[in-house]
Amino acid sequence: MNIDSIQNGIVIDHIPAGKGMELYGLLNLETLDCQVAIIKNALSRKMGRKDIIKIDAAIDVDLDLLGYTAPGATINIIRDGVLAEKKTPDLPETLTGVLRCKNPRCISCTEQELPQIFRLADREKRIYRCFYCEAKA
Amino acid sequence: MRSLIDIRDLTPEEIDSLVATANDIIANPGAYSEKCRGKKLATLFFEPSTRTRLSFEAAMYELGGNVLGFSEAQSSSAAKGESVADTARTVSCYADIIAMRHPKEGAPLVAAMHASVPVINAGDGGHNHPTQTLADLLTIQREKGGFENLTVGFCGDLKFGRTVHSLIAAMSRYPGLKVVLVSPEELKLPSYVKNDVLKKNGIPYVQTTDLESVIGELDILYMTRVQRERFFSEEEYLRLKDSYILTPEKLKNARADLSIMHPLPRVNEISTAIDDDPRACYFKQVLNGKYMRMALIMMLLGVKA
Repeated sequence: MNIDSIQNGIVIDHIPAGKGMELYGLLNLETLDCQVAIIKNALSRKMGRKDIIKIDAAIDVDLDLLGYTAPGATINIIRDGVLAEKKTPDLPETLTGVLRCKNPRCISCTEQELPQIFRLADREKRIYRCFYCEAKA
Repeated sequence: MRSLIDIRDLTPEEIDSLVATANDIIANPGAYSEKCRGKKLATLFFEPSTRTRLSFEAAMYELGGNVLGFSEAQSSSAAKGESVADTARTVSCYADIIAMRHPKEGAPLVAAMHASVPVINAGDGGHNHPTQTLADLLTIQREKGGFENLTVGFCGDLKFGRTVHSLIAAMSRYPGLKVVLVSPEELKLPSYVKNDVLKKNGIPYVQTTDLESVIGELDILYMTRVQRERFFSEEEYLRLKDSYILTPEKLKNARADLSIMHPLPRVNEISTAIDDDPRACYFKQVLNGKYMRMALIMMLLGVKA
């Protein structure tokens, strides 16, 4: 499969091997009508093995979710058959609607329609804390 | 519009300003008796509290304001399933400022996000209790003349004690702080407080299980209650609990200018024989808490001192 084969769409490259299917679910790609390809365990000089997702439509990808789930992954945006933009999302400062607080005493466990928000507390150790109760994710 | 949810919401300069106002209230109470005339404080206490609720109410009355509210969840709309957000929006229509205690951690933050008046966190589960820390800080300032170059010992339950975590966070912003942590192995200060606060700010600290060996070094001894429910073995609890009862004998090596503090309620961790010792400050803390709440209410309402 070639990036060139997509006219207008997205290639998510350098996904850690084994994370491709998880990302497919988290990004709700099953709801798309366009062609979506998951390449598992592709050979990579940098990573040894990697997963790749190719989406044959110009959709908005949740960069925060991607940065959290697959750090180091790259997003290649293809327009008119050429690579138009490349993004490498980092760990986001805030995660909304991605994680659920496990602290049973947290207000987010009982309050109606309260968004689940987590803030990055330690980038090096990849530690997120609940915005409301500060419990570790 | 400002709220106070976490002690870290206040800068050291703002804390200095609150301390200055509180000291002025103590010196000239009459000058403050009409400051909040016509203003209403809503005390929304979703779980029981004696000290904190009465302290807030006394603070507002002494500023010439009025108080409305409830002291248990059963007598509020929460019993009917109302959300914290809706309660905050509703109470904003009746009051100028809200003090909220709630068993759910983060509830006052949610209230502040939806209220159109300032919200003060009066305790949210085991999470934050910033006005207790303000009471502690005024006590330290009045006893020691400032916050710099102090050696502070924390003794008892350092793992679950929210007042200890908040006071360490607040004191870590002042130069020359040294911390002595005295606790049973099972109740040591959590590593995230050590890493995020003490190590990050380069604050020297020692950990020990033996209070008597370090008591002579301390400017302040902050006692907390060792909680029975945290132990798996009753025998172990009794052994540890008894080792942290502060008695006149244990104070033998303490300095003459030591300040003994406790957020209260006390069970038996400070012998009543110490209550009349001039170094005991825990009942002064209660009074100081009222003055700091007065200063805080004025600050959040934008009332000039």
